[in-house]
Amino acid sequence: MNNTLFSFLVFPGFLFIAVIGLLFMGIDRKLSARFQWRMGPPLWQPFVDFMKLLSKEVVLPKNVNKPMFFLSPLMGLSGVIVASLLLFRAPLNPQGAFIGDLVVFIYLLLLIPLSVILGASSSGNPLSSVGGSREIKMVLSYELPFILAIFTAVLKVGSLRMGDFLLYQSQRGALFLTSPSCVFAFVAAFLVIHAKLALAPFDIPEAETEIMGGTLIEYSGPLLALFYLVRAILYFTLTAFLVFIFWGGITFTGWGAVLSLLKILLVLFLVIVVKNINPRIRIDQAVRFFWTRVFVLSIIGMGLAIIGW
Amino acid sequence: MGWKEKILRRSLWVYHLGTGACNNCDIEILDVLTPRHDAERFGIKLVGSVRHADVLLVTGVITRKCLPRVLRVYEQMPEPRVVVAIGACPMEGCVFKGSYNQAGPLDKIVPVSLYIPGCPPKPEAIIAGVAKLMETLK
Ligand code: SF4
Repeated sequence: MNNTLFSFLVFPGFLFIAVIGLLFMGIDRKLSARFQWRMGPPLWQPFVDFMKLLSKEVVLPKNVNKPMFFLSPLMGLSGVIVASLLLFRAPLNPQGAFIGDLVVFIYLLLLIPLSVILGASSSGNPLSSVGGSREIKMVLSYELPFILAIFTAVLKVGSLRMGDFLLYQSQRGALFLTSPSCVFAFVAAFLVIHAKLALAPFDIPEAETEIMGGTLIEYSGPLLALFYLVRAILYFTLTAFLVFIFWGGITFTGWGAVLSLLKILLVLFLVIVVKNINPRIRIDQAVRFFWTRVFVLSIIGMGLAIIGW
Repeated sequence: MGWKEKILRRSLWVYHLGTGACNNCDIEILDVLTPRHDAERFGIKLVGSVRHADVLLVTGVITRKCLPRVLRVYEQMPEPRVVVAIGACPMEGCVFKGSYNQAGPLDKIVPVSLYIPGCPPKPEAIIAGVAKLMETLK
C-alpha cells in the first residue's frame, strides 16, 4: 500500500515526471535561445514561472462556464499523470501491467487535447474558440497517423502490453534500427509529437502573434500553471515514449538508465531543432500535411510490417 | 509575502499596450527582446494575453479613444500587477502635449510603478529601468 502511494506520488509518479518535465522545458528554452544567438533564460526558469503562476490571482471572465473552466486543467493533468504512470511503471515491472495498457495510454493522451478544447470553449472568448476549433482539427488530423505508427510496432512485437516491448527489444535490438517498417513509423510518430506538444511548425492552436495565445487566452494564475505543468510533463512523457517504443525501451537501473536518458535527450534535441528551423504553418496546410504526407508515411510502415519487414 | 515577490522578480511576463505611440517606443521594446539585448536572460517574456501578464508596458500618449481600453486592460490583469510607462509620451505627452485628444498623463489613470523617460528610450535604458523595478520588488 505504502509502496503504491510512493510510486504514484514520488517515483515514477507525479514528482519525478513534473521535475524532469519542467527541466526539459528549461532545456528547450535555453537551446532555442542558443539557436537564435541569445543567452537565454537559466535552466530552472520554468520552475520559477510555475511557482509564480501558482502565486497569482485567478481572474474569472464575465461569460465563463465556471465548472468546465475549473475542471478542464485538472482533467488534463490527471490524464497526463496516469498516462505517464502507465509508461514509467513498465520498466520497473515489465510483466506487471495488464494486456492492452498501450491502448489505454493512447486514449489517456487524448484527454489532454480534449481538456484544452473544453477549457477553450468554456472561457467565452472568440479567440479561444478559434483556438479550440483549430485544436479539434489538429487532433482529427494527427491521431490516425499516430495510432498507425504505434500499431506498426505492435505488429512487429506482437503484443499490446508495454512491458513486452522492453523484453522484445532487449532480445532482438531496437525496433527502429532493425526493421525498415519501424523507421517509417518512427518518423511519422516523431512528426505527430510536435503537433501533440503544440510546437512550431504546428503551434497553430496557440499562435501567440495571431490569436494571442488562443486556447489559453482567458486562463490566469494557478489554472494556467496547471496547463503549463501538463505541457511540461508531456515533453518528458512523449519523448520517453518514442524511445520506449522504437529505440530499445528505457530502464531505471545501472548504466541502462544513463543510456536511456541520453537517448531521450537526443530525441528532445531533434524535437527542438525541428521546432527552431520551421515557421508556423496555416491550419489547412497542417491538415493537408498530416493527411497526405504523414498518413502515407505511416501506411507505408504498416504495409511493410504486414509483409514482414 | 516575501517569497512571492522574490519569485515574481525572476519571472516577469510582459504585456505590451500601445495607446497611441508614434511607434518608435514599440520598436525599442522589440529591440530589448532581440539577441543583442535579450531580455529573456532575466526571465522576461512577452505574452499575447493580458491575463498571463505581470507587467503592463504602456507606450504612447493616452488618447481619448484609448482611455477606456487602458482601464479595461488594467482591470483584466491578475494581481500582483505592475505598470511601466515607456517613453516621454505616457508621462506628459511629449510632442503631443496640449493636444485636444490627450486624456492626461498615465499616472492620473492607473498607478504607475516605473517611468522610463526618453523619446524613445534606448534599449539599455529600458533594461536598466527593469533592473531597478526588480530591486523594488524585493
Ligand atoms: S516618447 Fe517619443 S518615441 Fe516614444 S511614442 Fe512618444 S513621441 Fe514616439
